[in-house]
Amino acid sequence: MTQDRIENFNQRRKELEKLEDSELKTRFWELCNQVVEPIVDLARTHTSPSIERSVLLRMGIDSITAHGVVDRVLEAGLLAKGAGHVVLKVSKKINCDLRTAAAAIIENKEILNGLFN
Amino acid sequence: MTNPQPLDPNKKLDIESILEDLEHYHPRRKGWTWREVPDEGIEMGPFHYRNMSKPLKNGIGLPASKYFDHIDPQPSCVVTTEIASGRFEDDIRRMRMAAWNGADHIMVIRTTGQSHIDGLLEGTPEGVGGVPITRKQIRASRKACDMIEDEVGRLINFHSYVSGVAGPEVAVLFSEEGINGAHQDPQYNVLYRNINMYRSFVDAAEAKKVMAGANIFQIDGAHNANATAKSGWLVMPELMVQHGINCAFSVAVGMDKNLIGLSTVPPDAPPAPKLWYDLPYAVALRDLFSEFKMRAQQNTRYIEADIEEAVRTHTIDTLISMLTSADIQSTITPDEGRNVPWHYNNIRGIQTVKQTWAALDGIKELLSINHQGPLGEMVRDLKIRAIAFLEEVIATGGYFAAVEKGFFVDSAKYPERSGDGIARDGKGGVGAGSIIERDPDYYAPVCDHFGENHLPVGIECACDPIDGCTLCKPEKIVYIDELDPEDSCNKRLEATYSYRKGGKVKPEAEWAGDGTILTQFFVPLTEDFAAAYGIEMAKKLGLVDPQVVNIEVMQPSEGCFVEVKGKINFDIELASLKVAEKEIILPEEELREAVKKIGLKVVAATVGEDEHSVGLREILDIKHGGIEKYGVKYYYLGTSVPVSKLIDAAIETGAQAILISTIISHNDTHRIQMKKLADLCAERGVRDRLILIAGGTQVNREMAKETGLDATFGRGTKGIHVVNAIVKNLKSRGLL
Repeated sequence: MTQDRIENFNQRRKELEKLEDSELKTRFWELCNQVVEPIVDLARTHTSPSIERSVLLRMGIDSITAHGVVDRVLEAGLLAKGAGHVVLKVSKKINCDLRTAAAAIIENKEILNGLFN
Repeated sequence: MTNPQPLDPNKKLDIESILEDLEHYHPRRKGWTWREVPDEGIEMGPFHYRNMSKPLKNGIGLPASKYFDHIDPQPSCVVTTEIASGRFEDDIRRMRMAAWNGADHIMVIRTTGQSHIDGLLEGTPEGVGGVPITRKQIRASRKACDMIEDEVGRLINFHSYVSGVAGPEVAVLFSEEGINGAHQDPQYNVLYRNINMYRSFVDAAEAKKVMAGANIFQIDGAHNANATAKSGWLVMPELMVQHGINCAFSVAVGMDKNLIGLSTVPPDAPPAPKLWYDLPYAVALRDLFSEFKMRAQQNTRYIEADIEEAVRTHTIDTLISMLTSADIQSTITPDEGRNVPWHYNNIRGIQTVKQTWAALDGIKELLSINHQGPLGEMVRDLKIRAIAFLEEVIATGGYFAAVEKGFFVDSAKYPERSGDGIARDGKGGVGAGSIIERDPDYYAPVCDHFGENHLPVGIECACDPIDGCTLCKPEKIVYIDELDPEDSCNKRLEATYSYRKGGKVKPEAEWAGDGTILTQFFVPLTEDFAAAYGIEMAKKLGLVDPQVVNIEVMQPSEGCFVEVKGKINFDIELASLKVAEKEIILPEEELREAVKKIGLKVVAATVGEDEHSVGLREILDIKHGGIEKYGVKYYYLGTSVPVSKLIDAAIETGAQAILISTIISHNDTHRIQMKKLADLCAERGVRDRLILIAGGTQVNREMAKETGLDATFGRGTKGIHVVNAIVKNLKSRGLL
């Protein structure tokens, strides 16, 4: 295996030696972009508890409440909707401001039932 | 919000007042600031500088600046210092000292373990090896930086870390609170913090997007590979790959290349032939990453307990920055190899950069790097290896597959492998399994959000449905003061009150009143005995908790240089300290006029059996700024002149003053001669009309009274001090 790797490297090196300095640079960046492309796609289409808490922070909800809300939303299987989305919906459902909605989610997780039906 | 009260350079920072009204404080600007570097160069004192930034309004120059009109040239690059004692209330005092010495990028290290905390911390708990980063701590620090930057006259970039499992939240916190720079590198989380690789990258995209929105300058974490790998100087191809991945990822998620910095360290240190490794690496990096910024760090991998060795290595690191380029020059405290950095070692690190940068100003106009020959070949070899590394990553199935196979932080030079790389399992690590695919109706009603976001129909700005997010309306930010009043700065400030404001004094290394001191000595013992002796000696000196922090063998049997730290366990009352009142020097013009009016004449000589006349000549001669410069006529009688002869000469010439110089202090010769002069003048009835002055290296200002003279001077005295004393004495006697 190791021998194969060294052999592969020598092959690659032979090809790369043919390139000018500026071409090496172009090649380096092509490869970097190629490596990160699927990772960027993963990030574009996924979220995480921390991302959702950071959304709630930006909605003017304190860090402790944001933590509780994301936990509840995750348990209810709704994180894929966006925790901010959930809080916004709850605020409309019970006709209150965002902070009250966030507190309501922590107090009573039943409130999330049927939110997206 | 109003601007804080301007600082008075002669008053300490008032921590309590900084903490007042914090809930209403908001940062006055966001984003990164570079130094102002005039294209035409800068004139300072007698010199023209080619590559320097605008000077400070208030600052402290290098010790030798006193020989050059006290100039304090400031490097063109931003200069970083890292401060993290665990108590931000003490750190902000250090920030002020650092800013006065030339730092404009202040980096706050986070407390141990914060990267594994799933969420934000609040309040001001004490940290270990860093500060728990919370809204209150950074808000207070940023507010202090606002005051300090006004005082020194240069904007300060405040910096911390967006890593760990709460990266997006920390990024939002930083954006809201006006943090100017941050480390962000998902690879760092994966490799060094064992955070799940998918989670780390998904979070990083959001964090970077938020940072980009606030123009926060980003520094990556690639340099950790050469601080971690067993042979740091061999991992250079991999380092370039790590830099490349973070840069490409950052650009792809929306960061501006001008705000992306590579954290790069010259990977080697003497006794290795450093230049042959560090220079090709530095050049290759700057070739490939020409569109990005270089944050040049100093080497920590090989830092030992010897402060001077660290400073020397860092000087050479800075030379490499200057031979190539650095947009930010970071400094490492030279005591990092022995303890958590102490106040004054931050300053030493900054001085290393300032001193090197001034010395080598404009070096590229005088010297150029020879790209032909071995350097060019080495640079090309590194690039080819880095590219081949990337090709193998892709052939292996991509980045995540490569991490699982241990591609990174292997201590061999690529393509060789030592098999000691850090391999991580995609299913493992902190936060494994925690990322969730967004639904087709996923929605986040906020700005600076990355990725798919399905805004309701008719909505253009994501945060319109909530009437603005905190990034648009800072008044919506929720400020939490403290969660645990027992572990808070208020408790700590109460405990240190007497050392800050209560008139008690203790030395400090990190924290107010910590009492830590360092002793340095040579002891003629072998290494083992020297260490044991150091502890015993420190105990007898009364030091608490003594620890040997450094031993260097000078010769195995002749002895060692030893450094021992410890704490003193007593206070000294400030009121009990006696300090000689500062002599106020009359304005030069006033002195000249007085000298002219009375036609001031003096006689001068060295007395006793003393042939040392250099000091006296400097006091007299015009070319050394002596009394002659102010119009005084002097009669120099020579060396080893009897006191009686000086008095005769004074009477004969009509001089108003006698100046004697005496260096030799053996058997109190200096005191005896000084007394003799006073006594003899009295005996001969001329004491009232003559001003009697003595000087010498063992003489001090307090000796005048005991010897019966009018003024006495020690080291560092200039002609103007002597003229000032004569004129003041003549005035008080009504002779002028």
